Amino acid sequence: MVWRMKVSLFITCLNDVVYPKVGETMMRLLAKYGIVLEFPNVQTCCGQPAYNSGYWQEAKAAAKTIITAFADSDFVVTPSGSCAHMVHNYVDLFKDEPEWQEKAKQLQGKIFEFTQFLVNVLGVTDLGARFPHKVTYHPSCHGTRLLGVKNEPMELLRNVRDLEFVPLPFAEDCCGFGGTFAVKMSDISGAMVTEKVDHVIETEAEVLVGLDMGCMMNIAGHLRYRDKPVRVMHLIELLYEGVTASNEHATNGA
Amino acid sequence: MSTQPTALKGSVKERAQLALNNDFLRKAVRFTTERLRSGKLKAAEEHGNWDEWRERGRQIRLHTIAHLDYYLGEFANNARENGVHVHFADTAQDAINIAIKIAAAKNAKSAVKSKSMVTEEIHLNHELQAIDCEAIETDLGEYIIQLANETPSHIIIPAIHKNRFQIAELLSKDAGEELPPETSVLAGYVRKKLREKFLQADIGVTGCNFAIAETGSMVLFENEGNARMVSTVPKTQITFMGMERIIPSWTDLEVMATLLPRSATGQKLTVYMSGITGPKRTTDGDGPEEMHIIILDNGRSLQLGDPEFQELLNCIRCGACLNACPVYRHIGGHAYGGTYSGPIGAVLTPALKKNVAEWDDIANASSLCGACYEACPVKIPLHDMLVSLRRRKVEAGRDDPMERMGMKGFGGVMGNAKVYHNALKLGKIGQKVLVRDGGIRAKIGPLKGWNAYRVAPSISKKLFRERYNSLKTELGGTTKLDPAIAARLEQWRSKQDGGASH
Repeated sequence: MVWRMKVSLFITCLNDVVYPKVGETMMRLLAKYGIVLEFPNVQTCCGQPAYNSGYWQEAKAAAKTIITAFADSDFVVTPSGSCAHMVHNYVDLFKDEPEWQEKAKQLQGKIFEFTQFLVNVLGVTDLGARFPHKVTYHPSCHGTRLLGVKNEPMELLRNVRDLEFVPLPFAEDCCGFGGTFAVKMSDISGAMVTEKVDHVIETEAEVLVGLDMGCMMNIAGHLRYRDKPVRVMHLIELLYEGVTASNEHATNGA
Repeated sequence: MSTQPTALKGSVKERAQLALNNDFLRKAVRFTTERLRSGKLKAAEEHGNWDEWRERGRQIRLHTIAHLDYYLGEFANNARENGVHVHFADTAQDAINIAIKIAAAKNAKSAVKSKSMVTEEIHLNHELQAIDCEAIETDLGEYIIQLANETPSHIIIPAIHKNRFQIAELLSKDAGEELPPETSVLAGYVRKKLREKFLQADIGVTGCNFAIAETGSMVLFENEGNARMVSTVPKTQITFMGMERIIPSWTDLEVMATLLPRSATGQKLTVYMSGITGPKRTTDGDGPEEMHIIILDNGRSLQLGDPEFQELLNCIRCGACLNACPVYRHIGGHAYGGTYSGPIGAVLTPALKKNVAEWDDIANASSLCGACYEACPVKIPLHDMLVSLRRRKVEAGRDDPMERMGMKGFGGVMGNAKVYHNALKLGKIGQKVLVRDGGIRAKIGPLKGWNAYRVAPSISKKLFRERYNSLKTELGGTTKLDPAIAARLEQWRSKQDGGASH
């Protein structure tokens, strides 16, 4: 059988620019199952900052790069629930451009946030990872509420060996990121991230894990501002580190 | 003593700053919203089929609003047959004029009021005061707010921003004696004081939670019994209702009576639920001899036929979105500047005010986290509406010129991957003077607000797109597709639904 399926990576601008390790570890994890992600490099940003600020023409310019990049992909995987949900908004964004709207609908049908892809599409819930640390999890608003990603990350975390999970109090509360909100309404956003970090510290976790680096950047930025040594990671990075550690464990004959 | 129609002061940012610097307020608001939202979550869970009932509630509201003319007509006809005087008011001023005319005809010296956001919206108390008719709020929270000469900062908990010590201080002044900050003593004082006011009042003013079209009845939800006093003791009753308060039938009320108290306070049932169908009949022991209903438009009909905002009229004023909102929790209600606060207020106020520039900025007071939508018992997509408001502001050319320039730049850079990549290469060089240990602390330019609370990360030395080719080469050679995985992918490709989205 000749394999013709094209599985592509929508890296998102933030992960491309600031957190490339998320994309790298994602590629390495999926490679274990034989999937080598394609990276169409005409992609830029999903357009969310402009869309949410009301600049839909500018959002469209960005959105078109995403639609074009993945036109011939069978699956698109992205390490961000927020950006994946933004792609779902394209149908509305292009309501007055039927041709693009049609393409947007096609893209919506094949784009998956990483844990959705792993758990729901591939049926993988246990990667054999081992991560002997105290971990808490912040469920990002867009991924959880708008995209509906709730159980997938929890299931993946449950199957990580030696991981001590501590629930984050008021976990579902927004961290105060909100994209341009953090810049425009910086004091309100600052109050929100302060509260979030208070809760993270309360858990005494060594690691905070999440599915959206926007929120993680916000929380990590404030943790660093307060000199709190909590490690902040994308779940993909945690899983990759866990899988690697587990392999070493096995190799060492332990 | 009146609720003054105050002009909008400052920007939402400035008003929020006042709240952020007020620890009493933040503590009080956080305490009560946390209690209410956890109560709501518990009640919804205990209910068992919460989401089905939400959807049912939404459908009832969608249907009613889509046929609002029909149901309003049915309601008005039935209410008139019951002996109620039904008035339609296009504007706040029209509603006031009607009420003033009724009060003047009765030579009314005092009016007792149960809680009503519509009367707050039209600043009724102030107008009654002007014709020497004392307006007395009889809901405990509203009474406190009236004493403080403030406006409600929450749809159902008007004095949410005050703690019991502040309330004791206000009530002590009213009583002319020192009252201890104990809830039972304070409530006891107000109850005693109001008892006299009820007995003296010429007019009872109520709001309306739901108006039942099929019988022309009005339904009031309350916990203190004051609305029952207001609607039984005075000889004349004036009920104010927004034109969207209608539901078709008593059967529909069952759904609303399930959704409203649970969403508002976590109660399974409100303490008093009164259905009022017309004035006192000869056989009745009590009740008003004359009853008026003033149905207010005041910007509501502007939403009809607007695909982005019509659902706003589905709101049943439970306040759940305020309790769930992480922004409201930190800034309270007054920062929103209007009668209605929180996420619903951030949309409703500009919508009712015809999207005038003055109200543009409150749509920015949201991180678009969607907690409001999730909490809403009739599933109003407030987070989408906030984006629509922002877009309309931009389309009307009322956006900030600096932001416009920035966004034009965004469009230019993000519209082309080559431009984007080149811009980032420049950025990598440009940031060198700022980066220390991989972070940027300088509070300059767009980083000013961000870095007031955080350390910003730097642009990676090697972007993902600069790493991809070598990664692919490295992984491509060793990888063999797992047959089970291949089968799953084939299976999913035939579905291609991508998962549901809200």
